[in-house]
Amino acid sequence: MILLTVNGVRQALDVRPSQRLADVLRDNLNLTGTKIGCNAGDCGACTVQIDGRAVCACITAIGQAQGCNVRTIEGLAQTPLGAALQQAFQQIGAAQCGICTPGMLMAAYDLLVRTAHPNRLEISDALGGVLCRCTGYQKIIEAVEHCAHGGGIIHSGPGYIGERLPKTDGARKTNGTECFGADGIPENARWLRLIRSPHHHAQFVVGDLPAFAAAHGITAILTASDVPSNGYGIYPTIKDQPVFAVGEVKFRGEAVCALVGERERVEAIDPQALPITWTVLPPLMGLNEAERAKQCVHRSKPNNILIDGSVVKAANRLTSNEIEPAAGVALRVKTKFVEHAYIEPEAGWAQRVGDRLEIHVTTQTPYMDRDEVAVVMRMQPTDIRIVPTACGGGFGGKLDMSVQPALAVAAWLLPDRPVACVYSRTESMASTTKRHPADITFSLSADVTGKLLHCETHAKFDTGAYASWGPTVATRVPIHASGPYFVPSVRARGTAYFTHCHPAGAFRGFGVPQGAIAHEAAMDALADQLQIDRLEFRYRNAIRVGDTTATGQVLQDSAGLDQCLDALRSRWETWHAESKAFNAGSLHKKRGVGIGCMWYGIGNTSLSNPSSMRIVADAQGITLYSGAVDIGQGSNTILIQIAADTLKIRSERIRLISGDTDFTLDAGKTSASRQTYVSGKAVELAASNLRYKLLRAAGWPEADDNVAVFSLRADSSPAVLDILSANTARALELTTAIEGFGRFDPPTTPQDINGQGDPYACYAFAAQIAMVEVDTELGTTKVMRITAAHDVGRAINPTQVEGQVQGGILQGLGLALMEEYIPGRTENLHDYLIPTIGDMPAMEVLLIESPTALGPSGAKGVGEPGLIPTAPAILGAIENATGVRMLEIPVLPHRLVEAVKALK
Amino acid sequence: MNQYAQPHSIAEALTFRAQGNWTVLAGGTDFYPTRADRPIQENVLDISRIQSLKSIEEHTDHFRIGALVTWSQIIHAKLPPYFDALKQAAREVGGVQIQNSGTLVGNICNASPAADGVPVLLALAARVEVHSHAIPAAQIELYSWIISPKKTQISQDALVTALIIPKLYFSATSAFLKTGARAYLLISTVMVAAVLEHKFGRITQARVAVGACSPVAKRLTSLEEKLIGRDFDAAICDQILGTDFAVLTPIGDVRATAAYRLAVARTLTHRALQRCVRASP
Repeated sequence: MILLTVNGVRQALDVRPSQRLADVLRDNLNLTGTKIGCNAGDCGACTVQIDGRAVCACITAIGQAQGCNVRTIEGLAQTPLGAALQQAFQQIGAAQCGICTPGMLMAAYDLLVRTAHPNRLEISDALGGVLCRCTGYQKIIEAVEHCAHGGGIIHSGPGYIGERLPKTDGARKTNGTECFGADGIPENARWLRLIRSPHHHAQFVVGDLPAFAAAHGITAILTASDVPSNGYGIYPTIKDQPVFAVGEVKFRGEAVCALVGERERVEAIDPQALPITWTVLPPLMGLNEAERAKQCVHRSKPNNILIDGSVVKAANRLTSNEIEPAAGVALRVKTKFVEHAYIEPEAGWAQRVGDRLEIHVTTQTPYMDRDEVAVVMRMQPTDIRIVPTACGGGFGGKLDMSVQPALAVAAWLLPDRPVACVYSRTESMASTTKRHPADITFSLSADVTGKLLHCETHAKFDTGAYASWGPTVATRVPIHASGPYFVPSVRARGTAYFTHCHPAGAFRGFGVPQGAIAHEAAMDALADQLQIDRLEFRYRNAIRVGDTTATGQVLQDSAGLDQCLDALRSRWETWHAESKAFNAGSLHKKRGVGIGCMWYGIGNTSLSNPSSMRIVADAQGITLYSGAVDIGQGSNTILIQIAADTLKIRSERIRLISGDTDFTLDAGKTSASRQTYVSGKAVELAASNLRYKLLRAAGWPEADDNVAVFSLRADSSPAVLDILSANTARALELTTAIEGFGRFDPPTTPQDINGQGDPYACYAFAAQIAMVEVDTELGTTKVMRITAAHDVGRAINPTQVEGQVQGGILQGLGLALMEEYIPGRTENLHDYLIPTIGDMPAMEVLLIESPTALGPSGAKGVGEPGLIPTAPAILGAIENATGVRMLEIPVLPHRLVEAVKALK
Repeated sequence: MNQYAQPHSIAEALTFRAQGNWTVLAGGTDFYPTRADRPIQENVLDISRIQSLKSIEEHTDHFRIGALVTWSQIIHAKLPPYFDALKQAAREVGGVQIQNSGTLVGNICNASPAADGVPVLLALAARVEVHSHAIPAAQIELYSWIISPKKTQISQDALVTALIIPKLYFSATSAFLKTGARAYLLISTVMVAAVLEHKFGRITQARVAVGACSPVAKRLTSLEEKLIGRDFDAAICDQILGTDFAVLTPIGDVRATAAYRLAVARTLTHRALQRCVRASP
């Protein structure tokens, strides 16, 4: 029996003393606010205090906490300081997805207890042990400072468009009650554990699994033969990934079977003990091998090509020599696999309810999950219910199914009890999608006046073993390949190759970040050749309203790159002067300044991607039923703000039901930066529809529609809506439900054989400048400052928008400087490096509002744009500092040292 | 099912160790991560309740760092300047959470080639105090105690109880430098620790050790020999020659190439010596 005190409550626990404290808190005390991100002390999400000292609960034996006082996130509000800190995180916007928030709060609390007024370095040292993948850390630091300076409420408005409304789901994220994929698992659930291939490529034969199961007390071992339709994939026509491999595995980490049973039994099994005989086969690793090999990853795909697509604009100009280029550059960019590294590993649980299946899961896309599970199970989509849990980070990695199909199969076959699956960190990293490695050849030319003439590029991608989002990447990249510039003639090609690596899929930007590294390197080179300032060269060539894109689309209403560049000009000049002055007095450390620009089509490429929304006024009040899931980016807040502003009612009076496929309408995926623009517009239409109906129901004079303001009467049941203007007042008792409906599908056109068409209805633009300091002897790069100017159309919630940009910068910085996923070798958070709080520069976000006609109040998307210009800006700054243009990323210190040496 | 014991004395702990099948648990920062994906199945000897292992003691000619002394304790302890390198290493071991749990002795017992504590402790000429039923309180030089990656001279029945750090002249200085691709939570690509003792402007003892460039961190003895007797000023860096690093056998891996490691070892050695000189009061 272990005796200890947790959050002031004495506990006597019948557990094994060697069990991890984190497991006991979560499983025995149901204190699931302590998160397990890595189970290895690498991420700090499980930070708790034992006798007033911060420790990682995942690497602490419960036996060591015997007789101690343990404080977890659930007990933080018991102290005034803890409560103030939680409020500060909420007010400043320090939580995005919220999965690291409990750990971050506990570490910050541990600091403030000892040091009431910490400086930035002290904050950084105290929080350096907690990884956050969403925020870029800046708002976390600001929240700690806000608290140290007395804290308090900052926002008190009605929560309309343009306000810094704190997250509507922020309280749950800061007090530990938010329910993520692994947090709400029913106590009686069976456990499901996937057994995965240890080889990149192998054939295998399974022996007597039922006998093994019986011998080890396992309820069932599921294999391919248990799956009604053993193939899935995000495209309706490409279902190439098996739930369980059949005889051959195509990547290390591919699932071959699943153990289902009591948790302790299932977890105790050594995978090597299973009767599986492997015959290892030579794998095709990397683009070079896939391109040249006779061997095919898929027999049906000769030459290992998944997709090959092109955009060709003004082809006649390509061959004519009507204008002689004054400057030209050809270069080649190479990038590596990049892991999403959300701090929440995949998790969920499922149960069979009669002839239906119910799956609770961390996901970016409940409706696509529903449809995919339906295919795998050969069921009707309406017989599948997806209930999204809170999502502890996605970034594209939770668009593909993970635990869903195996859970569906298990729950269907074993209907008596729910079944749960929680990936380990290693499993999450080994089995889920990555950013595509790219090999991009790129050339660009300009005339003597500095106007771009022609762009030619071929981007090859390693798409791994299965299609996943490979086709999306390979089509999006050529469209964006020439950058946010007007280029009269373009020939851009994208090809994705199969290899025996884990599938490469969606990752914030769908290949465009890799492409931007190429076009921005070329822009810098051309500017230098023509002796034009790098920013000015971009300004001259910035695509503007009325210009045609590479796909022949005429930009109609909004293209704010020139405004972004104008906003950066003065800092650009000052930073260059400062860095020159520094370099004059420094031998080994050199500073430099760089710039990166981007554009990004919001929503799916040339495909219908509608969102439908309904808002209901009934006896309970007003409820927004939203199929859009908030994965931390803020749609739970932004959609409410749009609804509140449209209805003219305070935001806190609107309830939100989010994501549950039984109660909401399909609002598409949380991807492609589309939720604010597409779902936001649908909310605006639905709210406007409801407002009109309510006004009519209340007998409101139609001439006064524009001035009516709503409020819900407190504590009335059924709800009573008061409608007021300067000279009219009405009350409406909501006895019968009144529903507003809205649907928006951005108008796009298909691309023709030359890739010509209008693939997106709206484009976001951005420019970022970075200042770096390079230690030329060690090859280390410290990014000191980044200013990001983003054309977001309209910032519905500036705090959320800044948070998206800052988090994008973090991932862009990681892409440029440290992130390199090597299959089989970096399957944890200490070998795979993501930026810590100490790696982030001071960030400044400038919001440029160049409204787009169709977006809600002119808003565009911002989720992916934050990341795209960062790596190019950093790479440009490194070149400015050292003279070396790094075209192979990440710029690990040894690579930079070698390149600097080669220059001399 | 595994057993878990929590002895309160060294003698009690040794009784368990004598059985030969008990894995020692102290801070847990290496024990649990290496078992991240599976339940704990072996017998665990949790020594965290042995009070006599928790302190840093000053004796006439040495400091004694108990086996349960954490990195945080080192950071906050009042120690002479030649411990600055150890304090710096402590600040760079994981985050605060790891510093609060992890012990120095655990670090040397885990014996990773990238262990942050080893180069500094080598530069401090640390000895390892080991107890067993057969030989109570043996002291072994750290440089010979670690045999190879993850392998030390410890026997199944023994327990490391302390690190013994010989005292130096009060003005001795030290430096620790570590490099890699990010700021916190970093497994070193290369690290260098230097300790210089000087009296009346002359170097009397010099120890420089490099980590993550060989299976076990190495001292640069040829350099050390050249430094002894020289004037304690920045010119000592001129003594550094490529041949001083011949003892290193760096490998190329996911973090860096071998050539990079060797070059950086030299750069960091240069900087560490400069820092020692600058740190002098």
